[in-house]
Amino acid sequence: MKKIASIILSLFLASSISLAAQSDSLENAADLEKYREVNDFVDENESCFKCHAETKYVLVDEFFGTEFVNSLCPDKMVTRDEYYSMVHKSFACLDCHAYDYEEFPHPLSARLEEPYQCIDCHGYDENYAHFQFEDIEMEYMESVHAEQVENFSCWKCHDPHSYQLTVRDDGATIKEAIAYNNDICLSCHSDFSRFELLTDREEIDILDTHDWLPNQAAHFGSVRCIECHTSLSDSTLVAHHVQPSELAVKKCSECHSKNSILMASLYKHEAKESRRKYGFINGVILNEAYVIGANRNTTLSFIGILLFLLTMGGISIHIVARIIFKK
Amino acid sequence: MAKLSYHYPLSIRIWHGINALCILLLIATGISMYYVDPNRTLIEFSWAVKIHNITGVILSFSYLIFFISNITTGNRKYYKMPLKGIGERLLKQSQYYAFGMFKGEKKPYPITEQRKFNPLQKLFYVIIMYIGVPLVIISGWGLLLPESVIGAFMGVSGILITDVLHVAMGFFISLFLVIHIYVSTIGHTRSANFKSIVNGYGWIEESENAK
Ligand code: HEC
Ligand code: HEC
Ligand code: HEC
Ligand code: HEC
Ligand code: HEC
Ligand code: HEC
Ligand code: HEC
Ligand code: HEM
Repeated sequence: MKKIASIILSLFLASSISLAAQSDSLENAADLEKYREVNDFVDENESCFKCHAETKYVLVDEFFGTEFVNSLCPDKMVTRDEYYSMVHKSFACLDCHAYDYEEFPHPLSARLEEPYQCIDCHGYDENYAHFQFEDIEMEYMESVHAEQVENFSCWKCHDPHSYQLTVRDDGATIKEAIAYNNDICLSCHSDFSRFELLTDREEIDILDTHDWLPNQAAHFGSVRCIECHTSLSDSTLVAHHVQPSELAVKKCSECHSKNSILMASLYKHEAKESRRKYGFINGVILNEAYVIGANRNTTLSFIGILLFLLTMGGISIHIVARIIFKK
Repeated sequence: MAKLSYHYPLSIRIWHGINALCILLLIATGISMYYVDPNRTLIEFSWAVKIHNITGVILSFSYLIFFISNITTGNRKYYKMPLKGIGERLLKQSQYYAFGMFKGEKKPYPITEQRKFNPLQKLFYVIIMYIGVPLVIISGWGLLLPESVIGAFMGVSGILITDVLHVAMGFFISLFLVIHIYVSTIGHTRSANFKSIVNGYGWIEESENAK
C-alpha cells in the first residue's frame, strides 16, 4: 500500500515539476537591449540561456512548491557576452541545435542529430570565398587532428559559442591575435582534462617539449603555434595543415632571417594590407616585434657597408703611402 | 730621445684583454645573428644568441670596472680633453698622419709620462668608451630584458628604436676597432704598441720634450 502510494506520488510529482532558473548573472535587462542590436532572437535564446548561462539551474516542484537546485557542468555553459560578440552572433540557438532541445530533460532525438559543419553552410558560397573554406577543409582533412583523433572537427578549435575573427580583424593587434590563436591550441594542449577526452596518449607538457626554444615566454607571446606546426599555405590566410611534430619548424633561421616564414604566415594579413596601402611591406614587421635577423633595416645596412668600405679605402691608401715612403 | 717605460699597468692590460676578447666575440656573433641565413652561417644561430648574451654580460661588468677605476685612479688624467684649442690640435695630429709622418716630420704630440694618447687617439677613446660602449651596453640590456623597454616612442615601437641603436652602435664599435688596430701599427715599430699593451712597456719621449 505504502509502495503504491509513493509511486502515485512520484508520478504526480514528475508531472508537476516545472522549470525555472536563476538569473543572477544577468544583472539588468539593459544588457538584453544591447544584444538585440545584433540578434533578432534574444528572447528565444533566453529560454536556453536561463540554464546554460548559469552555474546552477533550478527545478521547481509546483505541487509542493519545493525547489531543487542543480549545478550545470561547466563545459555546458555558454556565456551571453561571448555569444553575442562571436562570428555567428546573429544566430538563434535553434539555428544549429535541434528543436527538441526546447524540452527538458533533452530528449535523445535532439542529442542524436549530427551537428552542421562549417562547410555545410559556407562551402562554395561567394560571400565567403575570400576565406577559402574549401581549401581550409582540405588542409584540415590532412592534419594530425583529423587523421589521428576520432570525433575531431572544426568546432573543436572554433568554439561554436565564442569563436571570433582576430588575425583578419584590424581592430585586434597582432599580440592579441597571437594570444587568441594560441589559447585555442592550449585549451587542449595545456589542459589534460580536455586532451584526454580525445586520445589515450600521455600528457604532453608543452613547456618541456619546447625547452630547446630560448625565451619561451617571449616566443609564445610573439609567434603562434601554427607558425611552426603547419605547412605554409598559399591560398588560405590561416594555414590549417597541422603536421606531425617531426615536421615542425625547429631551425631558428626559418624565422630569424630576411626571408622569415613569418612574412608568409603571421604577418601575411599585415603584409597584404600594407602592400595595398603603401605599396611596400618593409614597415610591417619592424613595428610589431623585434625579430632578430628579420628586422634588417636596408638603409642602415647600406650606410654601414658604405662607411666600412670608405674606412678600408682610407687605410689601404695609407698603407700604400707607408710602403712607398718606407714608414 | 725615446726610451722604454712601463706605462700600461697590469690592471689596464687585463681589462683591455678581456674587453678586446669580449668585443671580438660580440662582433662575430652579432654579425652571425644580423645576417642569419639558413644556408650559410658563421656561427649557428642558437649558439650565437647564447654566446652573445653571456659575453654581453661579461662586457658590462668589465666596463663597469673600467668606468669606476677611471674615476678613482690616475688613469683619468689621460682622458681629459680641454675643449680650448681642440680643433687646432686635432687638425695638427691629422695632418701628421696624412702628410707629416711621410715627410719625416716630428710627432706633434709625442707620448710622454704625462701624455699617453695623442689628441686624435684621445678623442676616439673618449667617444668609444663614454658614448659607444655605454650605449651598446644599455641597449643590449634593453633587448635582453624587453619588458623594461618603453612601449612606444612617438608611434615607433620602443624595442625597434633600441634594436636600431644597438646595431648602429655595434657597427660603430666595429669600425673603431679596425681603425684602432690599424693606427696601433703606427708606433715606434709596427709591432711596438701591440707588445706594450701585452707586457706594459712602451716607447716614450723624454719628458723635457713634452708640450
Ligand atoms: C532547465 C535548464 C535547461 C534549459 C532550459 C535548457 N537546457 Fe540544455 N542542458 C541542460 C543541462 C542540465 C544539460 C546537461 C545534462 C544533459 O546533457 O542532459 C544540458 C545539455 C544540453 C546540450 C548538450 C547535449 C549533449 O548531448 O551533450 C545541448 C546541445 C543543449 N543542452 C542545448 C540546449 C538548448 C539549445 C536549449 C534551449 C532551446 C536548452 N539546452 C535549454 C539544461 C537546460
Ligand atoms: C553556429 C551554430 C551554433 C549555435 C548558434 C549554437 N550552438 Fe551550441 N553547439 C554547436 C555545436 C556544433 C556543438 C557541438 C560542439 C562539439 O562537437 O564540440 C554545440 C554544443 C553545445 C552544447 C554542448 C557543449 C558541450 O561541450 O557538451 C551546449 C550546452 C550548447 N551547444 C548550447 C547552446 C546554446 C544555449 C546556444 C544558444 C545560446 C547555442 N548552443 C548556439 C553549435 C551551435
Ligand atoms: C548553420 C550554418 C553555419 C555554420 C554551420 C557555420 N556558419 Fe559561419 N556563418 C554563417 C552565417 C549565416 C554567417 C553570417 C552571419 C552574419 O552575418 O551575422 C556566418 C559568418 C561566419 C563568419 C564571419 C564572416 C564575416 O565576414 O564576418 C566566419 C569567419 C564564419 N562564419 C566561420 C565559420 C566556421 C569556421 C564555421 C565552422 C566551425 C562556421 N562558420 C559554421 C553560417 C554558418
Ligand atoms: C587545430 C585547430 C583548428 C582547426 C581544427 C580548424 N581551425 Fe580554423 N582556425 C584556427 C585558428 C587558430 C584560426 C585563426 C583565428 C583568428 O585569429 O582569426 C582559424 C581561422 C579560420 C578561419 C578564418 C580565416 C581567415 O581568413 O580569417 C576560417 C574560415 C576557418 N578557420 C575555418 C576552419 C574550418 C572550415 C575548419 C574545419 C575544416 C577549421 N577551421 C578547423 C584553428 C583551427
Ligand atoms: C580539442 C583539443 C585540441 C586542440 C584545440 C588542439 N589539439 Fe593538437 N592534438 C590534440 C590531440 C588529442 C592530439 C593527439 C593526437 C594523437 O593521438 O596522436 C593532438 C596532437 C597534436 C600534434 C601532434 C603531436 C605528435 O605527436 O605528432 C600537434 C603538432 C598538435 N596537436 C598541435 C596543435 C596545434 C598547433 C593546435 C592549435 C592550432 C592544436 N594542436 C589544437 C588535441 C587538440
Ligand atoms: C618555434 C617553433 C614552435 C612553436 C612556436 C611551437 N612549437 Fe610545438 N613543437 C615544435 C617542434 C620542433 C616540436 C618537436 C620537438 C621535438 O621533437 O624535439 C614540437 C612539438 C610539439 C608537440 C608534440 C610533443 C610530443 O611530445 O609529441 C605538440 C603537441 C606541440 N609541439 C604543440 C605546440 C603548441 C600547442 C604550441 C603553441 C603554444 C607550439 N607547439 C608552439 C616547434 C614549435
Ligand atoms: C616561428 C618563428 C621563430 C622561430 C622558429 C624562432 N624564433 Fe626567436 N623570435 C621569434 C619572434 C617573432 C621573436 C620576437 C619576440 C618579441 O616580440 O620581441 C623572437 C625573439 C627571439 C629572441 C629575443 C627574445 C627577447 O628577449 O626579446 C631570441 C634570443 C630568439 N628569438 C632566439 C631564438 C632561437 C635561439 C631560436 C631557435 C632555437 C628561435 N629564436 C627560433 C620567432 C621565432
Ligand atoms: C683585438 C683587438 C684589439 C687590439 C689588438 C688592441 C690593441 C691596442 C693597443 C696596441 C693599445 C695600445 C696602443 C694605444 O694606446 O693606442 C690599445 C689601447 C687601448 N685600447 Fe685597444 N685593442 C683592441 C681592442 C680594443 C677595443 C674593442 C676597445 C674598446 C672598445 C679598445 C680600447 C682601447 C683603449 C681605451 C686603450 C687605451 C687604454 C688605456 O691605456 O687607458 N681596444 N689597444
